[in-house]
Amino acid sequence: MPRPSELPPIKEIGAIGWMRKHLFSSWYNTVLTLVSVYLIVTLIGPLLNWVVFEATFAGSSSSDCKGEGACWLFIGQRLNFFIYGFYPDALQWRVDVMFGLLAVAFAPQFMERFPARKYFGLFGMTGLPLIGYFLIPGGWFGLEEVQSSKWGGLMLTLILAYVGILAALPLGTVLALGRRSDMPVIRGICVVFIEVWRAVPLITVLFMASVMLPLFLPEGMNFEKLMRALIGIILWQSAYMAEVVRGGLQAIPKGQYEAASALGLGYWKKMGLIVLPQALTLVIPGIVNTFIALFKDTTLVLIIGLFDILGAVQSTITDPAWQNVAIEGYVFVAFCFWVFCFGMSRYSQNLERKLDTGHKT
Amino acid sequence: MIESTLNTDDKAPKSQSLDSTKRPESTVIKVEDMHKWYGKFHVLKGLNLDVAQGERIVICGPSGSGKSTFIRCINRLEEHQRGKIIVDGVELTDDLKQIDSVRREVGMVFQHFNLFPHLTVLENCCLAPLWVRKIPRREAEAIAMEYLERVKIPEQAHKFPGQLSGGQQQRVAIARSLCMKPKIMLFDEPTSALDPEMIKEVLDVMVELAGSGMTMICVTHEMGFAKTVADRVIFMDQGEIVEVAPPHEFFENPQEARTQQFLKQILHH
Repeated sequence: MPRPSELPPIKEIGAIGWMRKHLFSSWYNTVLTLVSVYLIVTLIGPLLNWVVFEATFAGSSSSDCKGEGACWLFIGQRLNFFIYGFYPDALQWRVDVMFGLLAVAFAPQFMERFPARKYFGLFGMTGLPLIGYFLIPGGWFGLEEVQSSKWGGLMLTLILAYVGILAALPLGTVLALGRRSDMPVIRGICVVFIEVWRAVPLITVLFMASVMLPLFLPEGMNFEKLMRALIGIILWQSAYMAEVVRGGLQAIPKGQYEAASALGLGYWKKMGLIVLPQALTLVIPGIVNTFIALFKDTTLVLIIGLFDILGAVQSTITDPAWQNVAIEGYVFVAFCFWVFCFGMSRYSQNLERKLDTGHKT
Repeated sequence: MIESTLNTDDKAPKSQSLDSTKRPESTVIKVEDMHKWYGKFHVLKGLNLDVAQGERIVICGPSGSGKSTFIRCINRLEEHQRGKIIVDGVELTDDLKQIDSVRREVGMVFQHFNLFPHLTVLENCCLAPLWVRKIPRREAEAIAMEYLERVKIPEQAHKFPGQLSGGQQQRVAIARSLCMKPKIMLFDEPTSALDPEMIKEVLDVMVELAGSGMTMICVTHEMGFAKTVADRVIFMDQGEIVEVAPPHEFFENPQEARTQQFLKQILHH
């Protein structure tokens, strides 16, 4: 006869039970706990003071920042430049539309039960870049043209990262498949491509793209600097992506390939329906890791004269009208990067949970 | 050319499926002096075999005798290097189109099931009909449910393979192959990876399938299955076919010394 289920002893559960178990279980744990509490209190206090209580939020110029705390006023005053670069004020609605669409496409991805969120994501990967391609530079449908040399700030960072990520994943996947191909020529091409691009620092790639590439291109054929940088980033990133995806491909058991073949599926269907869905799911952590690295690496475009968010902030710090605002500037940049990278990380965990069908062969 | 012959043949097995005794003596698999090497290792040494439509063949033999490799050659999961294999009138060569046309007509069940873990049971069954036969989704799902009922697990249709027991997974794998309406079914040790209490449920499905007139080649150690179902039992050893005989002769009066020794070993344990 089954016994009625008993509740655990009261000392084991609840806040007190948790503290006894985790914080004060022995004399050295008690000491550690107390030291940690002391450190937290002494560190958090001044930090909060700097960030919030003694910080300056309102005002109009550098002279209003008199307190001991951070001068957030500086960020507020220059926010427009940090986000849009030199994009003309009157046309910034176009960028705002893109920010809005970005939010519409990806906010649902964080909500488990949002209806048809798959299609929002699909829009983010296809429609969104297409709209951006026409809207941001303009020059079409009566929209005034904005040269890419005027783009900058967060907007430029996002464009570089978004296009780089979006193009590198499929290209990297194709390269990974090519590297595992039975056909020696295709395999050779892919191996050479991957090994060459992966062995070159991104800075070199960007320099080549901005300085050397124009020398080789035929007369009259010239891309803008931004486009050249983008192509460089995409090719460089796809080599990394290829190796991440290859790791996933190698983890798929031979039996999966055989079962797919035995059903009469040809190469592309076998890869597209059976192997890649499983392989890509397996390497989501690696893929997102690469994305995050790329997102931060986009700051390197600074050295070829493109003003991404870090470049924008750095150039204003040296503005004589503002003094001693370097820390605020860098904290702001770090915060912006953290928001986006943390978002990607959370999304990938969400995705992994959703795709886990409880079968690890 | 190949397409058209396949299509006309398509309807033939169905009408005969009810009556397995009245089967025409047409050859669906013809293997002629077939050799295979792994590097320098001679795995299969000149195999010859004709399989008639609706025939049920059991292949047994010690491990390493090449029996799995043999049936994997029949749908070209392995390549042979000499000799001929003709399946359903199509010779297996390097021609990918021919290989795919053979694979469409030959179902295979593996020792480790090899279900697609990222797809539900129903999606596993619909996949090939949808993408290879290109039949509409609704029809493919109807066919899939029909076969899932036949293997007695329609209620699991929307689960993922990882949520099923080994026996259930193997039955899904059988249903998945049947959804392509193959003319020939190959079984590569279908019960070897199963817990003892699950072997019967899989064998029951296979016996039922055999009764429906399906041409079957099974590599198995289930001698009971061989006795009840097989038309011929083949004994292989060291890459050769040592003996071919109907089951009662094979078990009661084996001719070759190697067969006798093998039977002694497996029937004792």
